[in-house]
Amino acid sequence: MRESVLLFLIIVAGTGGELCVTRAMKAIGEVTDFRPMALLRFIAQAVRVGWMWLGVGLMALAFFSLLAMLSIENVSFVVPVTALHYVAGTIGAVLFLKERITRQRWIGVLVVCLGVTIVWLSRH
Amino acid sequence: MRESHGLHLKTYLFIFFIAIFAPLGNTLLGKGMRSVGQVRDFSPAALVETLIRVINSGYIWLGIASLLAFFVAYMLVLTWADYSFVQPASSFSYAVVAILSYWLLGEVVTPLRWLGILVICLGVLIVGRTHPRTTEESARA
Repeated sequence: MRESVLLFLIIVAGTGGELCVTRAMKAIGEVTDFRPMALLRFIAQAVRVGWMWLGVGLMALAFFSLLAMLSIENVSFVVPVTALHYVAGTIGAVLFLKERITRQRWIGVLVVCLGVTIVWLSRH
Repeated sequence: MRESHGLHLKTYLFIFFIAIFAPLGNTLLGKGMRSVGQVRDFSPAALVETLIRVINSGYIWLGIASLLAFFVAYMLVLTWADYSFVQPASSFSYAVVAILSYWLLGEVVTPLRWLGILVICLGVLIVGRTHPRTTEESARA
């Protein structure tokens, strides 16, 4: 039960946080200048976007849940299990970010999920 | 055509950073949490006590530094590439985390687990053959 709750928080809060951060980054636009001052200006822009704060908050929740999970289970088990992100993330990208997912990319995501499932099954 | 090639190259470089820093961070966090001990008690007092032990762990801070490097690379790549491309493509980190957990933590990585990792890499290759951006701007590029 404890592991299930932690896993739920890692997946839902983690994916939600990533989607919020992505939305914030898309609002800012593509980074083309990688000089330190330009990057500082970019960070200053990023912290003014509300989605960024929501995303960081959710990702922090996922992070502390991950720490708790890592205290219970092996790293080589915990990390593959969190690959449920792929399903949640791709669906979220379609619904929340309005990205178009090609059939080939869907197949790739499914194959990745299959591999992750095998890794998960290798636990026993 | 050249612009598209450059976009792919830039994207793969940042995905490489993501695939290195994320598993390294997770492995260091795992090492740190092993020294902290299992979180069994979720009462506020016990959580504060655990948090103090976490803050005092050097491995946790190294892990956080590595994850911050991952996060910066991740944020940057998301400004030009689709989330649905970056997320699966960065799954090479599964192979890296298995190697690191074996080397640094002495965890057992079974043949079945390696098979799973190979299947993940196949999925990554399939994803990698799609264009990094599928929204309207890329259609014009």
